[in-house]
Amino acid sequence: MAQGFQADSQSNLMAETNYVGPFSRFGSTSRKDAWWVQPLLVFLVLSSFVVYATWAAFQGKHYFYGPYLSPLYSPELFGDSPHSWFGPRPDWWPQFIPWSPALLILWAPGLFRLTCYYYRGTYYKAFWADPPSCTVSEPRKTYRGEHSFPLILQNIHRYFLYIAFFFLIFLSYDVWRALWFTDPVSGEKTFGIGIGTLVLVINVVLLGGYTLGCHSLRHLVGGIRDRLSGAPVRRTAYRCVSCLNRRHMMWAWMSLLWVAFSDVYVRLCSMGVWTDWKII
Amino acid sequence: MPSATFQVQRGGAGGGRLETYTTEVAEGMVVLDAVLQIQAEQAPDLAVRWNCKAGRCGSCSAEINGMPKLMCMTRLSDLPPGKPILLQPMKAFPLIKDLVTDVSWNFRVKKMIKKFKPRPPDAADGTWRMAQEDVDRVQEFRKCIECFLCQDVCHVLREHHLFEEFIGPRFFVHVASLEMHPLDVEDRREELKKADGIGYCNITKCCTQVCPEDIHITDNAIIPLKERVVDKFYDPLKRLFGRWRGKK
Repeated sequence: MAQGFQADSQSNLMAETNYVGPFSRFGSTSRKDAWWVQPLLVFLVLSSFVVYATWAAFQGKHYFYGPYLSPLYSPELFGDSPHSWFGPRPDWWPQFIPWSPALLILWAPGLFRLTCYYYRGTYYKAFWADPPSCTVSEPRKTYRGEHSFPLILQNIHRYFLYIAFFFLIFLSYDVWRALWFTDPVSGEKTFGIGIGTLVLVINVVLLGGYTLGCHSLRHLVGGIRDRLSGAPVRRTAYRCVSCLNRRHMMWAWMSLLWVAFSDVYVRLCSMGVWTDWKII
Repeated sequence: MPSATFQVQRGGAGGGRLETYTTEVAEGMVVLDAVLQIQAEQAPDLAVRWNCKAGRCGSCSAEINGMPKLMCMTRLSDLPPGKPILLQPMKAFPLIKDLVTDVSWNFRVKKMIKKFKPRPPDAADGTWRMAQEDVDRVQEFRKCIECFLCQDVCHVLREHHLFEEFIGPRFFVHVASLEMHPLDVEDRREELKKADGIGYCNITKCCTQVCPEDIHITDNAIIPLKERVVDKFYDPLKRLFGRWRGKK
């Protein structure tokens, strides 16, 4: 593979030479490993999640079972389940838009993940081939990155982080509610732990690991300062967030998949396909 | 004695070709050992830049089987056995000859970055006091050996050639080492946004992947710098509540 450079008389940073080649064909690379496997896997898993979550969000039914509420529908601001905060579907909801409680809230966690630093790097590769993988040629020759519109909007990630904190609180409250089962005969609520309770507990733990390891949070709690030695609370917070941040990719994927599984669990229990076993 | 086959890119800026060499190899050899052996026995005009052979000088950067690596730190035993090993120069930079590229652009960029500007001395004798834990954070960035593998792999430079608008991961590490230094009082955020083009980085982490010093370039340097740029330019709440300003 030949490289070509031309003399450039302009006095700029690349004063001596000007690059003119050699990458032109999409996917060309000298790499000999299976570089395409990782972006392909990311593409398949993320696409599957988006398709499933969209489908589940539009269903509007089988999203709760006993004390369990699917995380895709939490918090249920309006809806027909006992988990609803403000009663049934509001009158102001446009008739031409299909109704589902999930449509009111899913945008927030969705945008939190969409603007996440880890996911950004990952889906730029897998969905936009920008680049497809390291040292692999791209399909486009123009590039603006996150320097201008629209991707400059990724900089508002921290605002979705603030919203994500509330979701963690709501989902933790759902776990608390999942500990109280209603007796079908007496109607009394009694303490218990079912498999579904554990599913929701794991969901909160994984989402907590993901949210509390966020790069923006790491910055806000301590990274913003050059000296943490005189601020013990900030220093501890920074260390804790940094600890989670080192495994941000793992938390991101596990929490994503577990949210989907939690919805599947509640849905199949509600449909009578699966039985929720009570442990206590 | 076993042998290995190398396909080495030869030629200069006018054009290149792959030439095949087979040479004897022994246990523990690195790619640079084999290249120097080829140079000694078969191709005395083969151009290769090297110095320490210990991963400290950052001179022998090249692309081995398509991935940027230091030749002196890549063991032959870590490469697929029985297959030809492809050796090419770094593709982001102008080729001088064979495996040698002109990386001088990097040195010109470095001169543009605002220098270290310490606060007034803490003591009457003109010295400063720093806590070790505050220095630890920037110590990671001081490990950089300026091999420029991160610059080579960065698609903004390698593929899109934005040499005028983007300083590359190596210099974001350098800026981070200054900007996060507990003594430094300079503010480089405006330059990061405009002249340095940090917005062009789309966080693919290729730079981190190829760093021979295991510097977490993306997570510990680039993203924290992006967040500092957000503080100044894209966060109205932060600007509103100026008392939260964390700089210095």
